[in-house]
Amino acid sequence: MIPLSWYLILAAALMGIGLYGVITRKNLVGALIGLELMLNSVNINLLAFWRYLHYAQPEMDGLVFVALAFVVAAAETAVGLALIISAYRSRKTVDVNEMNLLKG
Amino acid sequence: MAVIWQNILTFLQGVLRFIGDPITILNQWLTGVLSGWGANATLIQVILAILGGASLVLGGLFFTVFLIWLERKVGGRFQDRLGPNRVGPWGLFQPLADMVKIFTKEYITPTGADKIPYNLAPVLSVGAVLAVIAVIPFASTIFGVNINVGVVYLMAVGAIGELGIIMAGLGSNNKYALIAGFRAVANLISYEVPMVLVLLIPVMFSGSLGMNDIARSQNVWYIFLAPLSAAIFFIASIAENSRAPFDLIEADSELVAGFNVEYSGLKFGMFYVADFLHSATAALIFATLFLGGWRGPGAESIPILGFIYLSVKATVVYFLILHIRFTVPRFRIDQMMNFNWKFLTPLALVVLAATAVVDKAIPSNLTALRIGVNWIVNIAIWVAADRLVRVVAPKRVVPEVARPRPLARPPLANPPQAAAEHEPGGEA
Amino acid sequence: MSAGQVIFLLVGAVTLGSGIAAVNARKMLHAALWLVLSLLGVAFIFALLEASFFAVVQVLVYIGAIAILIIFAVMLSRSSLTDEGTQTNPRWWLAALGLLILFVGICAAILLWPKVTSIPAPLPASATDLATLGKELVNPNGYLVPFELSSILLLATLVGAIYTAVEKKEEIKK
Repeated sequence: MIPLSWYLILAAALMGIGLYGVITRKNLVGALIGLELMLNSVNINLLAFWRYLHYAQPEMDGLVFVALAFVVAAAETAVGLALIISAYRSRKTVDVNEMNLLKG
Repeated sequence: MAVIWQNILTFLQGVLRFIGDPITILNQWLTGVLSGWGANATLIQVILAILGGASLVLGGLFFTVFLIWLERKVGGRFQDRLGPNRVGPWGLFQPLADMVKIFTKEYITPTGADKIPYNLAPVLSVGAVLAVIAVIPFASTIFGVNINVGVVYLMAVGAIGELGIIMAGLGSNNKYALIAGFRAVANLISYEVPMVLVLLIPVMFSGSLGMNDIARSQNVWYIFLAPLSAAIFFIASIAENSRAPFDLIEADSELVAGFNVEYSGLKFGMFYVADFLHSATAALIFATLFLGGWRGPGAESIPILGFIYLSVKATVVYFLILHIRFTVPRFRIDQMMNFNWKFLTPLALVVLAATAVVDKAIPSNLTALRIGVNWIVNIAIWVAADRLVRVVAPKRVVPEVARPRPLARPPLANPPQAAAEHEPGGEA
Repeated sequence: MSAGQVIFLLVGAVTLGSGIAAVNARKMLHAALWLVLSLLGVAFIFALLEASFFAVVQVLVYIGAIAILIIFAVMLSRSSLTDEGTQTNPRWWLAALGLLILFVGICAAILLWPKVTSIPAPLPASATDLATLGKELVNPNGYLVPFELSSILLLATLVGAIYTAVEKKEEIKK
């Protein structure tokens, strides 16, 4: 059988990759791609804990959390992309470094 | 003599049994042969699964050849011509000749194409359609798998097909293909919404997400219980296939050929196959979900009868798709979007809610009452929707249809009428 | 090493590799396509965890909706993206270093945790039954409130996204 630690390490690596994308990408869409990877790593963790540690009673907690995470991820992406398109329309760029209207 | 007759009789019985249920008997026979060769149980299962998958896929692909012929022939009759009639009897071998032609063509990759998406796109679109076949129950014993999430799987696999079209549009480095990619995103994502909503209705009736369970539970065809949602599903599945009147992805008169304009040879052929197979699977899915699937008299005990029933039902649906394709003019893109978001989606939501209430209110053993109440509710919703559309969006009367504007004609130095008017004066 | 472990390692390698490609690809479009591959890998991981429903929903929601929306956004904001030059901030190595340290720390924490070696018990049939999940979601003593809240969230998202992204009449006139 696959040990639990494998799943957790995979999720941690995916989280790191996603965070790297969010931090370093200049492009807003790129940052959003990193964010998706982070959300996925969270889902892997939730499902792994559900599978390995639910013990005797048929607990649905893990599955319910994953379902809600899906909903939140979909909402986050939709709003994020709407904001990106709106920002692109007014500033003609999606580069985070060029969005400096608030800079004194 | 009696012994010989006895032997013949048992042989004939065996043949009949084989015809009645070929898959189970083949399965048992192959298992016997393989275990005779000394293979262990897991290996036998793997080999049989691979064989079954391969035969489903190859069956699907060969079936497409027939579908192409059928569509061209039926299309020909709709347009008052004969259709293919040169190669073979009734032109049956025309698709084979076309295949040979397509195999021998040159592969052309346009300059500046994005190589990996460009080459992956045809594979993805065919693969996605073939993957759908895995969950369709052809008979009580003939199906790929009866996974407990079959209906969701259908939608998920459709999403991968979308991806193929988008990759083709983006990778081709062609503006027409790109516009088609845009339209594909808009079209497929939008029509997925009402489709998923009405897909919930068979799931609600049968209490299962598995395709075979849904087919098995249809003592009454679900089209009788939910006619309006069947209609919505039918329209949405035509739009998902981007068939006419929703064929804006490959609208010839606007986009040359749409997303596959830069493809040649077998790569184009794969899109072609995916297109035809997609409508065939749509017909099969509709027949399974709303027309009782393989259910019919005697289908439980003689599985091959179920296969025949399903084929007949799917053929009727497929013919309807063809009929619509060859007789209805194409929508404009904004009309298509409006139709989906402002009409189909709200309607699907209302139908879903109403059907859920009726289904919960009436016990399932009162079949006639269920059908009656469902019909009344459906008709009431339809009438209300119709009135609402007429009130909210009354038909705008265009006062002037067209003004003669000779744009294409160069300005004449000597307009004929003017010349005719001036002639008398000139003489004078 | 069992067959399951080999499959896990292969799928995990594909997931992580395409994830790295997704955050490093120069062309945004390629990044989005790599993201799709990575999400597909995660779907396989879900299937390995015997959550087949979520594996399929992962494909449906992430690949069918989110990834395609991202591709759409890439196409809509393309004219500014020459895809030339570096696509990352200048001090990317600092982020990489910090995250590497974080990753090593998390790994150490995971491996020091006693329950990490636990072997999964065979899943009871009720745990894979979707009806149980559905009833749990609408159970007043269970997750009814989060479930209803998530539907309100989706509605708010729908309205908010349309309001944010729609082209205002005045803007068109300008």
